[in-house]
Amino acid sequence: MTVGRSLSAHDLSLAYGDRMVVQDLDVQVPPGRITAIIGGNGCGKSTLLRALVRLMRPRAGHVVLDGRALHERPTKEVARIVGLLPQSPIAPEGIAVADLVGRGRHPHQGAFARWSAHDDEAVAEALDATGIAHLSDRSVDELSGGQRQRVWIAMALAQQTDILLLDEPTTFLDVAHQIDVLDLLTDLNRQRGTTIVMVLHDMNLAARYADHVFALRDGAIVAAGAPAEVITPPVIRDVFELDCVVIEDPLSGAPVILPRGRHHVPPVPAAGGSADAAQGRPAEEPA
Amino acid sequence: MTSVAARSGLARRVAAARRRRSRRRLVATGLLAFAVAVAFALTLMVGDTFYPPGEVIRVLAGEIVPGASFTVGELRLPRAALGLLAGLCFGMAGVTFQGILRNPLAAPDVIGISAGASAAAVTGIVLLSLDEAAVSLLALGGALGTAATIFLLSHRGGFAGTRLILIGIGVAAMLNSVVVFVLSRAAAWDLQAATRWLTGSLNAATWSAVVPTALACAVLIPLLISQSRALAALRLGDDSAAALGVRATPTRVLALLAGTALLAFATAGAGPISFVAFMAGPIAMRLVGPAPTHLVSSGLVGALLVLAADLVAQFAFATRYPVGVVTGALGAPFLVFLLIRLNRSGGSA
Repeated sequence: MTVGRSLSAHDLSLAYGDRMVVQDLDVQVPPGRITAIIGGNGCGKSTLLRALVRLMRPRAGHVVLDGRALHERPTKEVARIVGLLPQSPIAPEGIAVADLVGRGRHPHQGAFARWSAHDDEAVAEALDATGIAHLSDRSVDELSGGQRQRVWIAMALAQQTDILLLDEPTTFLDVAHQIDVLDLLTDLNRQRGTTIVMVLHDMNLAARYADHVFALRDGAIVAAGAPAEVITPPVIRDVFELDCVVIEDPLSGAPVILPRGRHHVPPVPAAGGSADAAQGRPAEEPA
Repeated sequence: MTSVAARSGLARRVAAARRRRSRRRLVATGLLAFAVAVAFALTLMVGDTFYPPGEVIRVLAGEIVPGASFTVGELRLPRAALGLLAGLCFGMAGVTFQGILRNPLAAPDVIGISAGASAAAVTGIVLLSLDEAAVSLLALGGALGTAATIFLLSHRGGFAGTRLILIGIGVAAMLNSVVVFVLSRAAAWDLQAATRWLTGSLNAATWSAVVPTALACAVLIPLLISQSRALAALRLGDDSAAALGVRATPTRVLALLAGTALLAFATAGAGPISFVAFMAGPIAMRLVGPAPTHLVSSGLVGALLVLAADLVAQFAFATRYPVGVVTGALGAPFLVFLLIRLNRSGGSA
């Protein structure tokens, strides 16, 4: 079902008021793959994601979905092809899990449409795929952060889009739930061929789970390609102004970065004394 | 993932639970409608002379019943109809504002939009001697103008709810003083009219006051209902709604305009009946429970509040008070209660 879905941006410029965030950017989202967008705070990665699902009107250039400009297509039609999990969605007070997941069916229903058996099947499938079927009657308010994130992903799944964009799907989750969510997205990609594009803060997770990485800096793409090509010390220095060492993850073979802070200078052989003492401690840190 | 059979079982379970929840909402809304019908019937039956249901029905069917035809047909029926329609309008307008601005304090009677309609209407009646239709239109202008002013004053790269509410409260105070000023300029001090424009009253209910409100309901309520699915999506946040294919700004503008207009027509007919728009939505949410939309249930709660408060205001005391005195007495503690609750939950209930 995902053959031929193509999503790309051409000469894209995005701005909030007078502030240019992205300028003359070209990207081609690899269909049927998992893509991670990495970059520092305020580099325009969330903005780019929002533009790809027409939450932002480009200042110049355009986003093209299946050969047609996104802004020329009806909103509901786009919503049946591209889904988005925003950074901080709001759950209405007291709403039941299955009802919230059912909101994902909105683009498939008319203004006064009755709920169809197909809608119920889509909700059931989404609940099942995210492993929250047993929670379906519970109120979303009662759930833990990890469970809640699964509910939001289930809502996006019920939308049954071939392309799914996620803005930092792992924030506020502990490490076990981060892995859990990314495994779930990988299942989705492998079993249904859903194209996934996500903004991720954790570069090591991006390297492990993504097939393709875009590194952004000041609204421009600095590097793009397989994780091993993008997650390298020069690119990381360029994007984050951070020195690091990159090693190979023994579990997945993906690159892993080890950031080098001011207090973690490479050990000088035979120096004996502590590196901390040599660097001096910052004043605000209790000794 | 589980087998196809297990999943279709799950789909059946999900569907059954969804139907159960929607049936529960339907029953609650039905009970509300029944309570409104009872209050409406009581308004027709109770008064200086009590008319039993049989006689009231004969009057409604168009028969000439000595005494009852005039009292019920000409006095009580317009009063009950105006109470019902104004209550529906206030309730629906209130919950629309509260939902879109995501704050129960953002009701149009708290943020000054009712006061805008009221100030325009009282000016039209007292100073310009306009007829009912012209007064309704002037009230609409006053409400829209006030709404536009509040939104423009509080807009600073998006709407912050609290700023809008505080500015609205200030605007409301100013406009209420306009109402008092205009009333004090009236040639003959008419207490009846004064209370109507200060707190809202059904005492002046006539068919000519009912008609504009009824027409507004006929046009605007279906319009609001047609937007309710999009508004339900907006409650998930703008980004989620947009990703679901909802055009956030047009939906919001249309719904706020419709809500403002409903409120303006009801205010032109019955005055700004205190706190009904503010109380109806939160009460409906507690009675019906979580639902995609509380539009109809809030309208019914609004109608019930107005009709029941009017019965209390007329007959519970030695003196007949205007309905707004009773809703105001209910609304003020409710406001305090909500403020305390909002304060506890950190400002987002």
